[in-house]
Amino acid sequence: MHEMSLCESVLDILEQQAREQNYCKVTKVWLEIGALSSVEADAMRFCFDAVMQGSLADKARLEIITVQGRAWCLQCNKNVLIEQRYDVCPACGGFQLQVNDGEQMRIKELEVE
Amino acid sequence: MCSVCGCSEGETTIEHSHEHEHHHGKHSHTHDYGSGAAHAHAPGLSQARMVQIEQDILAKNNQYASGNRDYFSKHGILALNMVSSPGSGKTSLLTETIALLKDQLDISVIEGDQQTTHDADRIRATGVKALQINTGKGCHLDAHQIGHALENLKPATESIVFIENVGNLVCPASFDLGEAHKVAILSVTEGEDKPLKYPDMFYAADLMILNKIDLLPYVDFDVEQCIQYAKQVNPRIKILQLSAKSGAGIESWVQWLNASRAMQLVDYARTI
Repeated sequence: MHEMSLCESVLDILEQQAREQNYCKVTKVWLEIGALSSVEADAMRFCFDAVMQGSLADKARLEIITVQGRAWCLQCNKNVLIEQRYDVCPACGGFQLQVNDGEQMRIKELEVE
Repeated sequence: MCSVCGCSEGETTIEHSHEHEHHHGKHSHTHDYGSGAAHAHAPGLSQARMVQIEQDILAKNNQYASGNRDYFSKHGILALNMVSSPGSGKTSLLTETIALLKDQLDISVIEGDQQTTHDADRIRATGVKALQINTGKGCHLDAHQIGHALENLKPATESIVFIENVGNLVCPASFDLGEAHKVAILSVTEGEDKPLKYPDMFYAADLMILNKIDLLPYVDFDVEQCIQYAKQVNPRIKILQLSAKSGAGIESWVQWLNASRAMQLVDYARTI
């Protein structure tokens, strides 16, 4: 359940940004979560509501933008799509993949008042 | 009171080397954001606006981790983040390693568990410094806790700091503590498909230790298959097989430690 601490980090960032960007209520949060980021979207939603309760983002809507996993295949010399860390290259079946997208956990955008 | 940050983190408790107990209070959120125009509702006009943030959720942890990494590098300390499921033998491996090496070099240990100081007590019984972090409900150690632990532990220059993470193959994978390497320990009493079941952890680790190999004759554990799975998830991973209990294979672990320490000291020599 590290999603709980991730949501607490999100709240920290929202509070810090509230001071910098001068808002007092957050109504919607867009998170960009990579398919390889070890975050479970459902757990994130569950924890998000619990953590935001009573804060400036109480009842804020959470939108999760899922980013596909991508890796560079050393054998094929090209980028391929993967769903899991242990996926083989869909083109050549090799394991020599260097992940280059899909690991992110970012706050992308906020709707604030 | 924290000198780094004036923090508060749920139910976390970090042992102190001096007398007073440092209890982190319940996280509190303040809601004072100054006075904006926000409460002046005008009918028909929405005050909603969009704010682009583009901030990494783990940015704060990563900042603390990079602070810890600087500290380790300035002091020539090799820090290793030991991760595994509960019961794989992390603490036994550490006590055996300490018994072998404590006359040659300084070792200290940061222990992470939800509750109790049992592990730190076991380490202290070997005669080296240990500090327990109880994470309360927390499922992993974070870089911020490690920063505070270092303030109290004050590890010696050119030493090794082992960080024994909470027994959990999921959450600790995402939290950089500033260590040189994550070392994943897997015992042969578990399934050989653990690297596939918990790929994030084996992907994040630089070394996998297959522990309890003295039990191989008694369990159905396919070593070759396990190694193949681990390499599938992480082609760069190095793998050692040993038994902390019988001592078999432990010399290769000591060699790996010495090699990693030498690399850390190369960096250190550059900075002094």
